[in-house]
Amino acid sequence: MKRAPEPKDDLMPTPPRSQALEKLFAERIVVLDGAMGSMVQTYKLGEADYRGEQFKTHPHELKNNSDVLCITRPDVIEAIHLQYLEAGADVIETNTFGATSIAQADFKLEPHVKAMNLAAIACARRAVEKAEAKTPGRTCFIAGAIGPLNRTLSLSPDVNRPEYRAVTWNQVVDAYTEQIRALLEGGVDALLVETIFDTLNSKAALFAIEGVFDEVGYRVPVMVSVTITDRSGRTLSGQTITAFYNSIRHAKPFSVGINCALGGKDMRPYVEELAQVAECYVSCYPNAGLPNAFGGYDETPADMANVLGDFAKQGWLNLVGGCCGSTPAHIAAIAQAVKSQKPHVVGAPHTVQRLSGLEPLTIR
Amino acid sequence: MTTSASQFIVIGERTNITGSPKFAKALKEGDWNTCIAIARQQVESGANVIDVNVDEGLIDSEATMTKFLNLMASEPEISRVPVMIDSSKWSVLEAGLRCLQGKGIVNSISLKDGEAEFLRRAKLLRRYGAAAVVMAFDEQGQAASRDEKVRICTRAYHLLVEKAGFPPEDIIFDPNILTVATGIEEHNNYAVDFFEATRIIKKTLPGAKVSGGVSNVSFSFRGNNPVREAMHTAFLYHAVKAGMDMAIVNAGMLGVYAEIPPDLLERIEDVLLNRRPDATERLIQKAESLKAEQGGASKGEVKEDLAWRQQSVTERLKHALVKGIDAFIDADTEEARKQLPRPLDVIEGPLMDGMRVVGDLFGAGKMFLPQVVKSARVMKRAVAWLTPFMEEEKRQAIAKGGAGRAQGKVLLATVKGDVHDIGKNIVGVVLACNNYEVTDLGVMVSAEKILATAKEQGADVIGLSGLITPSLDEMVHVAKEMTRQGFTVPLLIGGATTSPAHTAVKVAPEYQHGVAHVLDASRVVNVVSALLSPEQKPKFLAETNAKQEALRVDFAERQNTRKLLSIEEARKRRFTCDWAKAELATPEFFGTRSFDVPVEDIVPFIDWGPFFSAWELHGAFPRILEDAVVGGEARKLFADAKKLLAQIAQEKRFTPKAIVGFWPCNAVGDDVEIYADASRAKVVSKFSMLRQQAEKQQNEQNLSLADFVAPKDSGRVDAMGGFVVTAGPGVETFANEFKAKLDDYSAIMVQALGDRLAEGLAELMHKRAREWCGFGKGEKLTTDELIRERYRGIRPAPGYPACPDHTEKPALFSLLEATKATGVSLTESMAMLPASSVSGWYFNHPEARYFGIGKLGRDQVEDYAKRKGMAVDVVERWLGPNLGYS
Repeated sequence: MKRAPEPKDDLMPTPPRSQALEKLFAERIVVLDGAMGSMVQTYKLGEADYRGEQFKTHPHELKNNSDVLCITRPDVIEAIHLQYLEAGADVIETNTFGATSIAQADFKLEPHVKAMNLAAIACARRAVEKAEAKTPGRTCFIAGAIGPLNRTLSLSPDVNRPEYRAVTWNQVVDAYTEQIRALLEGGVDALLVETIFDTLNSKAALFAIEGVFDEVGYRVPVMVSVTITDRSGRTLSGQTITAFYNSIRHAKPFSVGINCALGGKDMRPYVEELAQVAECYVSCYPNAGLPNAFGGYDETPADMANVLGDFAKQGWLNLVGGCCGSTPAHIAAIAQAVKSQKPHVVGAPHTVQRLSGLEPLTIR
Repeated sequence: MTTSASQFIVIGERTNITGSPKFAKALKEGDWNTCIAIARQQVESGANVIDVNVDEGLIDSEATMTKFLNLMASEPEISRVPVMIDSSKWSVLEAGLRCLQGKGIVNSISLKDGEAEFLRRAKLLRRYGAAAVVMAFDEQGQAASRDEKVRICTRAYHLLVEKAGFPPEDIIFDPNILTVATGIEEHNNYAVDFFEATRIIKKTLPGAKVSGGVSNVSFSFRGNNPVREAMHTAFLYHAVKAGMDMAIVNAGMLGVYAEIPPDLLERIEDVLLNRRPDATERLIQKAESLKAEQGGASKGEVKEDLAWRQQSVTERLKHALVKGIDAFIDADTEEARKQLPRPLDVIEGPLMDGMRVVGDLFGAGKMFLPQVVKSARVMKRAVAWLTPFMEEEKRQAIAKGGAGRAQGKVLLATVKGDVHDIGKNIVGVVLACNNYEVTDLGVMVSAEKILATAKEQGADVIGLSGLITPSLDEMVHVAKEMTRQGFTVPLLIGGATTSPAHTAVKVAPEYQHGVAHVLDASRVVNVVSALLSPEQKPKFLAETNAKQEALRVDFAERQNTRKLLSIEEARKRRFTCDWAKAELATPEFFGTRSFDVPVEDIVPFIDWGPFFSAWELHGAFPRILEDAVVGGEARKLFADAKKLLAQIAQEKRFTPKAIVGFWPCNAVGDDVEIYADASRAKVVSKFSMLRQQAEKQQNEQNLSLADFVAPKDSGRVDAMGGFVVTAGPGVETFANEFKAKLDDYSAIMVQALGDRLAEGLAELMHKRAREWCGFGKGEKLTTDELIRERYRGIRPAPGYPACPDHTEKPALFSLLEATKATGVSLTESMAMLPASSVSGWYFNHPEARYFGIGKLGRDQVEDYAKRKGMAVDVVERWLGPNLGYS
């Protein structure tokens, strides 16, 4: 069995830009960007766009591999980032949701994972520089997006072999480590482990993050965001929101929140629960409603702003943005709606033991 | 349990190989079902945490830990509670940690291997995210006395908190519960040492918890469960009072302190609290007499809750499916088989009823995926039991001369571009369980492969699955391809983003032979069996079609309520380009030219696809000629058509004519002004265009045909064209000749050919028009590419989607003087006579494209009426279907 490297002490410095991000959270509700995927879709890019020059003769189809666009259509990615910054986002996410060797294996692009992540940060950085130049004094931030992978550690893809897993912990940790190294090398201001539907995958990501922090000798804020699959209030792998929080709180996340799958309205009880239980900042970036029958999203900017503005008014939020189906118009409306609201006051650290299976267990 | 212990945490011990012979036996034999049943029984009995220990010399503990935890993860009723991973080997603990999505407890770490290793493991545990049981054990060995326990625990606590950054609340001390009543005098105070150490630890080490393995204490009385249970209960009572937070116990074997018979309790407490020197002896005597009375049977032992076993076999099967319990499934299935006429009836009756409940609960969010998968497994077991019986039935049927093949062949695939397949796999399992022959092509399967395989294997049903949004379009594509390739088997649509509405509105219209949306795996068998049954199929399809029609109507109504932009806003979102640099067309001539075109010249430009559609033979040309089903008929039709076409050409029955014109023009707002000459001094005509008003995505435009013409203020003169073509009045005359001879077949054939020739002539003239404009000169396109409009420029017609107003035709006709040149006139409803005629405009901008105008707002309609000098109500009548208001 592979021996895990020895952990180092966690008294590590944080880069100045990350410190500035921490300061911003202390001051007000911070605005995150909106959907990348649905924005890319509006460009109606074809196979040739996805391939660009570099992958012209690549043996596998690349269409719908959004991450490769950082290399082949950086103009599109940068333009979308810039639209979000202009709409008022403080933090933009790199277009690296699937930029891991495991996710890219579907497209046979594993060798290009590092380049993909670096290119993604370059796109984000150009957009940030443009936005900052336009409004002197403004600081915008880049969060390195770390997606959930297409293989899960908690679920068997084979109904007849429930004990089977399509991937191992070490493979997942290695894949995430490669991505995280590239994200830190490119200089992201924070990491965002998001759209978590299998907590074990996210635990592997958090494990990998700590390992890379050890290697580089500094830390950046780690943001975590889970996906509640439906109105059952559970993750796809079956956990309740508090069970999930208990599963990841050891990583001392900078923020924890909920994104994707549901519209804001349906997230209400879970955001409230999280705001009560979390010992860190709380985030929420829902979809623009539930997907309609055509895979589109119906909530208007005003709809989303209403719901999220209300969450902010309840004092639940520190970071707010949009997921699938949201556009710069949505982000602008959301930014406006939370502008005058006070940020969530972080709860006191727990002193009781908090365990979890699919459900939480508190031992006082 | 007493009230004071209500917060007490019970850790189920039966899945501990060292503590449960039954579990040990099952594990060694690889009887995983029993292992899982034991775990479930612990949770059902109230365990708050499950202890898992698989340390055994002869088994690979790391692999076994991994496998067992993964199996437990697929049992939601077990995995709802946290796991305590229990091993003396660090590698096994780490293997376990790599399987837990929840936050569990590791049992255990200690100072046995020295401080450095202790700290390394503690830091790794923090990184994996787990609480830790810390044994009162150090380099010298196990602590037995109160003071040793406290000393080692205190040392470990400070190391953990100060050196490893370990959260105090995640530390659980196990100060060693050691066996009492052994007859060895030093052991007599072990329980008291534990109680007292616990009290001190809880007081002096803030946040830390205390746990222990209780069954150790009564080890002297093994084989005498009543006494052991009572000892455990009494021990816990005192330990909890001292501050113990949790204990590893047999969750089904916990008694109530107050119910222990007083004489037994007294003797037990004498031992535990070390109250008298002869305590051990007295308890042994009591134990002997109890054993004689009761035969050692455990009174409190709780079995799995088996009340459901009392119900009818139908209810039991349903229960087993819903709960995913396969312990009794063989026997229950057999019982049901004996009750019902045919083995298949068991599947279609109680088993599918159970799966439907599963489907409903899943849909309602009351079950989640792992449970559904588990139910499918139970289903599979039941079907496996029935299979030999069904095969026997088949054999008999064959012997009697009947057909004996599988119920039908189902082809499943996740469509191109999508890699999600969990739901599809479940559907596959359920279908296979029901005796369908299932071929699963996996994920990212192209339409070509799906359809080629379907043909090759003679699939009776094709099922498509997808989770991501673009898969919806891909499914529509597959449906279109099925039509094109002349398929007739039903198509099933499933997957997370699919819906009955999408299927009805987008997919079903593309394929006429049955498209059914299948909500989930529990419904699929009903749907497939209905579709494959000649008796049920017509009714099922009729019902499906009716439901889909209702959904389409509903959708259309909702479309009406879609938000429209104001016309000002829509105009701001027009298509535009750098007009200073735009490539504008410069035709060789301005004004009109008319042509008589021989039929022979038009023939190469004919798109034969619609010709076959007109005869209700569906499929792409020329492949339709080779189609297995309609090919013969298509070939005959085509031969007749060619023969007639030759006759028409030879006898000059048709007199095709065309007129084409080009004019200098500019866009002014949404109008296009036509000038007498390039000086633009005189406006000779004006075409008024409409504009899309539906709200769109950020970088999409609200188009108008006027956008493809250079605006007047660009300073540049643009050119647009117009045309009218016709196959001539001969079409009608010739058709009437056949009608008079009661030859309707040839009459319809003539008309169909007339239409094709008119369209072909429009294609031919557009090609020439592109050449006159210059940019078409180097064009080398095949007929197929022409039909697919792979060229620059468009030729939209008034009355069609980009400009739905038919009343633009008179302006076009008068500008072309078309009636004079071609004989084509307009009826009062703006239809062209002869019918085999086509008219339209030429827009030459490189980015000109076809689009649908969609719904119009009142503001645009009023503005449009003003621009055209027509009354608003007249315009509204012409644009009825496009009005976005009532």
